[in-house]
Amino acid sequence: MRIRFWGTRGSLPVSLTAADIKQKIVESLIAAGGRTFKTRQDAQSFVEGELPFSISHTYGGNSSCVEIDTGTGEYVLCDLGTGARPFGLHVMSQKKGAASTFHIFLSHLHWDHIMGFPFLVPAYVPGNRVIIYGCHDAIEQAFRRQHSSPCFPVDFAQLGAKVEFVKLKTGVRQRIAGLEVTPKLQMHGGDSYGYRFERDGKVVVYSTDSEHKTDDKASTREFVEFFSKADLVIFDAMYSLADTVSVKEDWGHSSNIVGVELCQLAKAKHLCLFHHEPVYSDARIAAVLEETLRLEQITREGHPLKISSAYDGMEIVV
Amino acid sequence: MQVAVQRYADVLVVAVDGRIDYVNAEEFKGALMPHLTNGTTGSNQVVLDMSRLEYISSAGLRVLMIAAREAKAKQGKLIAVALQPVVREIFEISKFTLVFQLFDSVQDALKQISPAALAAMQAR
Repeated sequence: MRIRFWGTRGSLPVSLTAADIKQKIVESLIAAGGRTFKTRQDAQSFVEGELPFSISHTYGGNSSCVEIDTGTGEYVLCDLGTGARPFGLHVMSQKKGAASTFHIFLSHLHWDHIMGFPFLVPAYVPGNRVIIYGCHDAIEQAFRRQHSSPCFPVDFAQLGAKVEFVKLKTGVRQRIAGLEVTPKLQMHGGDSYGYRFERDGKVVVYSTDSEHKTDDKASTREFVEFFSKADLVIFDAMYSLADTVSVKEDWGHSSNIVGVELCQLAKAKHLCLFHHEPVYSDARIAAVLEETLRLEQITREGHPLKISSAYDGMEIVV
Repeated sequence: MQVAVQRYADVLVVAVDGRIDYVNAEEFKGALMPHLTNGTTGSNQVVLDMSRLEYISSAGLRVLMIAAREAKAKQGKLIAVALQPVVREIFEISKFTLVFQLFDSVQDALKQISPAALAAMQAR
């Protein structure tokens, strides 16, 4: 499976400002230290090889949307945040009008997880089929409301694709789009659901917008089982642990610390920090990653855990 | 995980050793919280001596936050002291250093919060 991250930001899409870009250029020029680059390739090598990621790139600002490419020709997505817009444009450029099926698994119905749907171009194309899966009762209602006045000028009825809604049961494993899919109830305002995807012996867990009170032994054991031996866990690490147990307690999000602990207990292979706090700069997200790597190092007990931080455009193969 | 309690004047010093994780966090909570109430052993100023604590997980840190809130509600304080390097790093990474008052030793903490307790400690 190839995992593509189209949107990785939490709660609200954000964008770099002119000042942010200027700062990155200034930092790059300082790092270059007066060097000249004779070819584009030389410059590219400098950018890729010598500059920190937070200067040479950006983590991006689209809200949650992750693609699981199974190689079957059908599309599988987790959530429809604003990352669904570039995903849709990418599909249109690749498929050149050929009819496609899209399987979309929703964590929940908060706006940052569905607001990309009105901008998902393939949904307007006759012949396409869009199947939206989730465990909430009011999924169709939420999508129709978003796609109507006064929220949006184009009514849901004008979508060209055939759009279907399928309700899943938490804890029940079933085969969808060539994947074994198991949803799990998570702690979040109005509930959210994580998904465990299995295919050909590989496991990917998508678990965002999920708060964990790890002193609750029963709940912790449930998530350790849910993450068990996963090749990749995409994990809501929006806040610091101190925030999640104080001023932001019960806001429904988690931390890098809890991500490391659960993955270590579950013997997962790769933790991917996801749903970044929108006020965080690229430098701040990079610092969180560095701290998380250090935490894994000082708390490791035999089982090594790979850790990365998701960015818009990132791909992970499992 | 073991907890030992010592009173010095108006301050309780609670020493914890071993590891606190999700398995025994509830036990730690049960051992710590009674000392933050106004019971017979209660005090509103508690110094948590972590010099023999090897590891604390998010579950243990959450208990500390609940305990600190309880102490604050009683116009008291919960202070952590003598963190081992690994525990210190966990405090830093979790950002507990931003919300928790830390001292290098029990003596340093008592000097700051209660000269009477420091004198009582030195008299023993």
